[in-house]
Amino acid sequence: MYDLAKVRADFPILSREVNGKPLVYLDNGASAQKPRVVIDAMTRMYEEEYSNVHRGLHFLSNLATDKYENVRAIVRRFLNAPNDTDIVFTTGSTEGINLISYGWAAPRLQAGDEIVLSVLEHHANIVPWHFLRERQGVVLKWVEPEADGSLAAEKVVEAIGPRTKLVAITQMSNVTGTRVDVKAICAAARAKGVVVLVDGSQGAVHGPVDVADLGCDFYAITGHKLYGPSGSGAIYIRPERQAEMRPFLGGGDMIDTVTREGVTYNSPPMKFEAGTPGIVQQVGMGVALDYLMALGMENVAAHEADIAAYAQARFAGLNWLHQQGTAPGKGAIFSLTIEGGAHAHDISTILDKRGIAVRAGTHCAMPLMEFFGVSATARASFGLYNTREEVDALVSALELCHEFFA
Amino acid sequence: MASAAFEEIAETFEFLDDWEDRYRHVIELGKELPRLDDAVKVPATKVEGCASQVWLLPRIEGTGPAARFDFQGESDAMIVQGLIAILHALYSGLSVTEVGVVDAPAELARLGLNEHLSAQRSNGLRAMVERIRKLASEAAAA
Repeated sequence: MYDLAKVRADFPILSREVNGKPLVYLDNGASAQKPRVVIDAMTRMYEEEYSNVHRGLHFLSNLATDKYENVRAIVRRFLNAPNDTDIVFTTGSTEGINLISYGWAAPRLQAGDEIVLSVLEHHANIVPWHFLRERQGVVLKWVEPEADGSLAAEKVVEAIGPRTKLVAITQMSNVTGTRVDVKAICAAARAKGVVVLVDGSQGAVHGPVDVADLGCDFYAITGHKLYGPSGSGAIYIRPERQAEMRPFLGGGDMIDTVTREGVTYNSPPMKFEAGTPGIVQQVGMGVALDYLMALGMENVAAHEADIAAYAQARFAGLNWLHQQGTAPGKGAIFSLTIEGGAHAHDISTILDKRGIAVRAGTHCAMPLMEFFGVSATARASFGLYNTREEVDALVSALELCHEFFA
Repeated sequence: MASAAFEEIAETFEFLDDWEDRYRHVIELGKELPRLDDAVKVPATKVEGCASQVWLLPRIEGTGPAARFDFQGESDAMIVQGLIAILHALYSGLSVTEVGVVDAPAELARLGLNEHLSAQRSNGLRAMVERIRKLASEAAAA
């Protein structure tokens, strides 16, 4: 049984007020709040367990290294990856995807080679590929969504041609909550010898992930959306791909030996982790993932499905409210506009006065905004601690917006 | 110091004690503001740093420190449009020298709207005030 009251009590910030109203935090798609266990673990580490990792032989260095390296095993379990060494630490999905762009794709793709990606993608899964287009003539092949914002896996598969080397695809749109059948895409791509990168920035937050079952080559996650600290993250990299990759950032920790004449590199995953990492952040992410696994991601998914269904039922009665993206089975992320002259910023300003945090803008997904023909939306993105009462508060505040801006 | 038009708005705001009424009035003021011709909505009049779109077209009569300052502005967001109307009341008709003396955050605080001028707000009001001050100071030095 999912004890929502107990879950909410785990997050200190949820008891605060904003503009004299109880905080209704619906900006989880941008970044999620942190449970007490994460905050406490990070404080404790700074107070009692902190040192640099992989370097010293003293007590604290060994302690910090053990705690930090233990997070690899936690991420492996969270993603059901085969090996701890398949997990490369990053500062988030953005760095993870850039690592693949620089480390795997840049040395391998020639002018005219193709990367297949969808119009649903977040800029973090677009711009690193545009770099390759600009710098070495790689061709980006865009797959269009349907009018309801859904993305047909067959269309992605059909876009794979003889010169396609990579498919870069999200598991869940951060704008609409659309889920993508990445397993079907991976199976078809694999049959054609094409590598698949899955952007799990949202997907991993809202349901169980099994990279072994998905069959992807890369799977990127971001700690701060997973109820962990900002600046934490990881990417799963299949061992065969690791063997093909050159290092990305150079510096300490990623080397074996350095001489005046040359460098030999550390073994993966450390080959791809230069410099002192976000030690405490990664430890905090490990605690957050343990927290999620203790709750059970299937339970989180079931709770959010209930909230999503309730929200859809409440929205259905508002004929002046428009939702961008209504794909069947979508997650609890709603991109909204209101009939009349109200800008997303107007909506967000009024909601804020009611203590409701949403994001207004283009959500780092300008191609998708263009697809829907809107300049901006107000996005309400729900998480594991949100309630039906918060859906009601949102609807009531949207009604006020409708009256205000009519 | 502030213009008579602004003082009139400030008097009205004294009777509006909850935020909903204040914002309703801001939106009303915005609706009364004349819209800009699409032809003048060009990069030179666009105020950058705004998450909504904002344009500002100065109209300065005369030259030197005594030149009269006026402007037209528009936003695609209704609250910002209302805030532009308030800035218009605050600045229009002043000399370019006087424009430089107006303490916009303090004046907007009298309306309970100063939160919109904080540095990290992306509504563009602060960027607008900066643009107005820059245009006026350039005109004063001309």
